[in-house]
Amino acid sequence: MSASTQTAAPAPASPPAASQKTSWIDTVVRAREVSLIGVLAILVIAVSLAEPRFLNAQNLRDILLNVTIVGLLAVGQTIVVVTRNIDLSVGSILGISAFATGVMFADHSVPIPLVFVGGILFGAFFGVINGVMVAYARVPSLVITLGTLYVIRGIDYAWAHGRQINAADMPDGFLSLATHNILGFPVLPMFTIVAMVIVGVVLGRSRTGRELYAIGSNPDAAVLAGIRVSRRVLGAFVASGAIAGLAGVLYASRYGTLDAVAGNGIELMAVSAVVVGGVAIFGGSGTVWGAALGALLLATIRSALVILQVNPFWEQAINGALLLLAIGLDAYLAMRLARELRKRSSHRV
Amino acid sequence: MSDVKTNVEGDVVRTGDSVFDVKRLGRWETVTVFLLLMAILYGATTSGEDFLSGQNLNSILSDMSEIAIIALPLTLIIVAAEIDLSVASVLGLTSALMGYLWNHGWAMEMIIPTVLVIGALAGALNGVLVTRLGLPSLAVTIGTLAMYRGLAYVVLGDQAVADFPSKFTEWGFGTFAGTQIPNPFVVFIVLAVIFFIVLHMTGIGRSIFAMGANEEAARFSGVRVKRIKFWLFVVTGAISALAGVVYAFRFASARADNGAGLELSVVAVVLLGGVSIFGGKGHLLGVICAMLLLGTLRNALTLNDVSAEVLTIVTGSLLLLSVLGPSVTARVREALRRGRGVDAPPTPTTT
Repeated sequence: MSASTQTAAPAPASPPAASQKTSWIDTVVRAREVSLIGVLAILVIAVSLAEPRFLNAQNLRDILLNVTIVGLLAVGQTIVVVTRNIDLSVGSILGISAFATGVMFADHSVPIPLVFVGGILFGAFFGVINGVMVAYARVPSLVITLGTLYVIRGIDYAWAHGRQINAADMPDGFLSLATHNILGFPVLPMFTIVAMVIVGVVLGRSRTGRELYAIGSNPDAAVLAGIRVSRRVLGAFVASGAIAGLAGVLYASRYGTLDAVAGNGIELMAVSAVVVGGVAIFGGSGTVWGAALGALLLATIRSALVILQVNPFWEQAINGALLLLAIGLDAYLAMRLARELRKRSSHRV
Repeated sequence: MSDVKTNVEGDVVRTGDSVFDVKRLGRWETVTVFLLLMAILYGATTSGEDFLSGQNLNSILSDMSEIAIIALPLTLIIVAAEIDLSVASVLGLTSALMGYLWNHGWAMEMIIPTVLVIGALAGALNGVLVTRLGLPSLAVTIGTLAMYRGLAYVVLGDQAVADFPSKFTEWGFGTFAGTQIPNPFVVFIVLAVIFFIVLHMTGIGRSIFAMGANEEAARFSGVRVKRIKFWLFVVTGAISALAGVVYAFRFASARADNGAGLELSVVAVVLLGGVSIFGGKGHLLGVICAMLLLGTLRNALTLNDVSAEVLTIVTGSLLLLSVLGPSVTARVREALRRGRGVDAPPTPTTT
């Protein structure tokens, strides 16, 4: 529809043109997630043709269990990355929260629900520290979270002092969360799914969510538009920390044996999942569904490598290559999008 | 990652010009030197002759060798407002390749140049993705960090190759010409002189400062931003490979996980040395000082039976301090200025 040829006043002409433009953009953005589902589907089909054991219920349950923790971290990381930041300390927060979980059970016999609350609050505490430094000192989150990655890990080591907490020290009810199934569906991933839904709804449908996207899209404009940027960014880091804390509790349930090395290096997996899932590292776009799909894709690839008896050492290299591919694809899409928008806005005069 | 706001400390040209301008060395570098002296004092008073011995100096310097070597090109990269997190993975890949080629009967004289070239190629991939495709260097190098480390595992798996000829391993833990300076550190000294001259005394160095401070302005001034950035990544890759060779000889062992996590220490040292994460500011002497500070502190704490864990806390805290310090003082200054009625545009929050 070319508004320029109409003699009617521009006002009635713009809403239809605007909605046509918006829906085109929406399609492109959603296509990114759809393509992920497509890739996942192709992968699953290809692997099951080569090795039918891939599709058996136990294997699928294993994949879901493996995705639980990284997926949860990916959900938290999405909130932060959308605002054009990054949280590299999630692995350390997970580690110290897992250890704290063990200590709460082993030394203080804390009831299970309180342990969950404790883990989340513990993580949120570190999130506050990160958030305050990033939002108020205006130092790039890369550096801040790099520093807190070290510091928190160090505190974890110093606290643990080489101690290892065994599964025997933890209540059976807690450990069985990892093996229990409700209606055939494993319990642990449900935490991740619930978190994903909550965060997804907040990001996608609430004003807070829109403001987070705005901050990532153009921080200066967000300030000028009256958004309380510092407060929102602080909130994003608190959320990421709280989620990492929860992930630590789940980690304790899944693995049982805990020492200070828990979660070492997992932050990079979370970032990979998020980027592969279409959340732009520059902020301003992407959804938790995409991030979760990214985590699922990476976990599926790992499982596929094991089933196909490929040298497992290929996994990290493949993850890295996928990450590069995803970034390249997103940059390409963003460039095409920007070009299209420029063309259309120049036609509307 | 560049700071769009006008530089309150002075313009870019002044940064590169007077090499030994003490005022230019800035407030943070002075703090670093002060901390270094404090660390030395701490070590001397708590561990006495153990700390001040030549053997201990050897220990400090050789432990920091690889970090110091990689910190040199990384300084240039960060001044240019980019970052390269894949350096430790290139180190690991190089070590793994050394082991692999050695197991396949290659002569060491052939292996070393080969892996240096491969390191340069690894850096070139980073460079192409950042300059030609315009991808953010943080994301790219996180990707290559994973990919190169993964390739290291593919090449060498779990094995450790530990039968390198003694000629090389003795060089690795040997000292130079009767002094207590370890050979690997001598490599660093030679490279440090070269990088110092390039960064602070040549036009290219000034260009690097310029593009870090304001990439567009630099480009419009005729600086070949893309070309220089590309070559910076190539050099970083080659030097990381060199560090991989040094590492393998010093530890007399090539493994795929050599140097895992080292990139964080290198970035910490560079930032601790007063180089601004936003680019455009910094001095190599500051980085060298920070490297010595980290090494001395690690050593002094270890001699005092302080655990490696507390060390991690100290490294992280120093890193945070080094970036919060300048940032907080800048904001306080800005708030004071604004209080007097002068408009100051907000600094964009970047990753």
